[in-house]
Amino acid sequence: MNYREAKEHIEGLLNQGIRLDGRKLTEYRKPIKVEPGFIETAEGSARVIIGETEVIVGVKMAVEEPYPDTPDQGNLMVGAELTPLSNPEFESGPPGIQAIELARVIDRGIRESKMIDSKKLCIKKGEKVWAVMIDISPINDAGNLFDAGALGAIAALKSTRFPEYDGEKVNYKKHTNKKLPLNKIPISVTVHKIGEHLIIDPLTEEENVSDARLTVVVRDDGKICALQKGGSMPLSSEELDSMLKLGAEKSKELRKFIE
Amino acid sequence: MSYKRKDRALDEPRAIEAKVGVIKRADGSAMFKIGKTTAYAAVYGPRNIYPRFLADPTKGILRASYAMMPFAGVGERVRPGPNRRSREIALVTEQALLPVLDLSEFPNSVIDVIVELPQTDAGTRCAGICAAAMALADAGLTMKDLVAAVAVGCIDGTPIVDLSKEEEDYEGEVADIPIAVLPRSGKISLLQLDGEIDKENLMKAIEMGKKVCRKIYQIQKAALKKKYEVTK
Repeated sequence: MNYREAKEHIEGLLNQGIRLDGRKLTEYRKPIKVEPGFIETAEGSARVIIGETEVIVGVKMAVEEPYPDTPDQGNLMVGAELTPLSNPEFESGPPGIQAIELARVIDRGIRESKMIDSKKLCIKKGEKVWAVMIDISPINDAGNLFDAGALGAIAALKSTRFPEYDGEKVNYKKHTNKKLPLNKIPISVTVHKIGEHLIIDPLTEEENVSDARLTVVVRDDGKICALQKGGSMPLSSEELDSMLKLGAEKSKELRKFIE
Repeated sequence: MSYKRKDRALDEPRAIEAKVGVIKRADGSAMFKIGKTTAYAAVYGPRNIYPRFLADPTKGILRASYAMMPFAGVGERVRPGPNRRSREIALVTEQALLPVLDLSEFPNSVIDVIVELPQTDAGTRCAGICAAAMALADAGLTMKDLVAAVAVGCIDGTPIVDLSKEEEDYEGEVADIPIAVLPRSGKISLLQLDGEIDKENLMKAIEMGKKVCRKIYQIQKAALKKKYEVTK
């Protein structure tokens, strides 16, 4: 099916209030599963399944020099590897623009929500801080890597335990019971606009014909802490307003899976 | 003094788990887990090859890739992206799998095999090959045989099967020998060796490895059959 046919077909269905897989417009796929501590070699990890989409997220930690502009704060890094394992259209090699955007949007949600109390990751001001490195590895991309990856990152951070550190070397073979200093958990919901319709949790086929998307990251106190608009079509203020409302409302459903 | 194991016999592999059809988007896929080492494999193709100049008009090409996920190792984060080690492993993976495929059916095309490991504790290339062989079968390709693989080795003059990371890093005399076997013919399609071993122990270790590969073969076959089982 070419782009125009696919778009007409999907839009035609949406006009009748249904999706390609029979869901309603603002319904998540089933099942949604979050399994923290999925990877034993990582300091923290989670596997997230939304419908047929499956993502593994791992957290590794290290002791590093702080960045010069934040000498008393820990370092945070988010990476996403979109390899051909999960989707035949991804290419191996250095991260493409898709992977960079995905990682940066998830990074922003975590950073701007102030979910991690990064001052508590300081060991010695200006010299040594803990670095938290989050990696998103999709296993099967059936759409909505933004929200699955973000949910996985949050669950992985919650499951993270510091490795042993004697002031000189990190002993990765031994994990302490110490958790990351966390608060105010952010949840990411990506709303897509196809024609006149707003949908959440898109399938790959829907992502391919989406006119615009808006990733909304909402904290548990209701504050929005990150936004990212994607897609080629502009949004009116009214549309933006309904997308934000929908995102905030739907974040409550996802939040249940990490509490 | 001969080497002893605490938790298993010298010719006994770690616990093995295999599952077929774990990646819905792929044309064929499988997961193979031995101890903590977990490998996913996806097969895409036969499909058009890009860049086009790589195409071979006489036969298809098998193209493997291998990667550890950044959080897959005990220790520091693994930098993503290909490196010399992963490229070499991809090459020997291709060579381990090639003998069972008939690529003359697919001129000008490529079969991509993508192996990734979310969690590792030694024996990664062998786990990857086991998963890849199942994924190729799951993709419906004509195959002469499956491929089963395991690392064998020798510690202080004692041959052993399926080294753990701890054993690989053993202080004394160690050899680490990943092998892949075509179970029906018993032929070997992967053989590498790191370390020190004499010829007699090498042959012993390989024979032990072949036996374990036959067990792995049964597990692989069972996993393949399970996917296509009719559920009542």
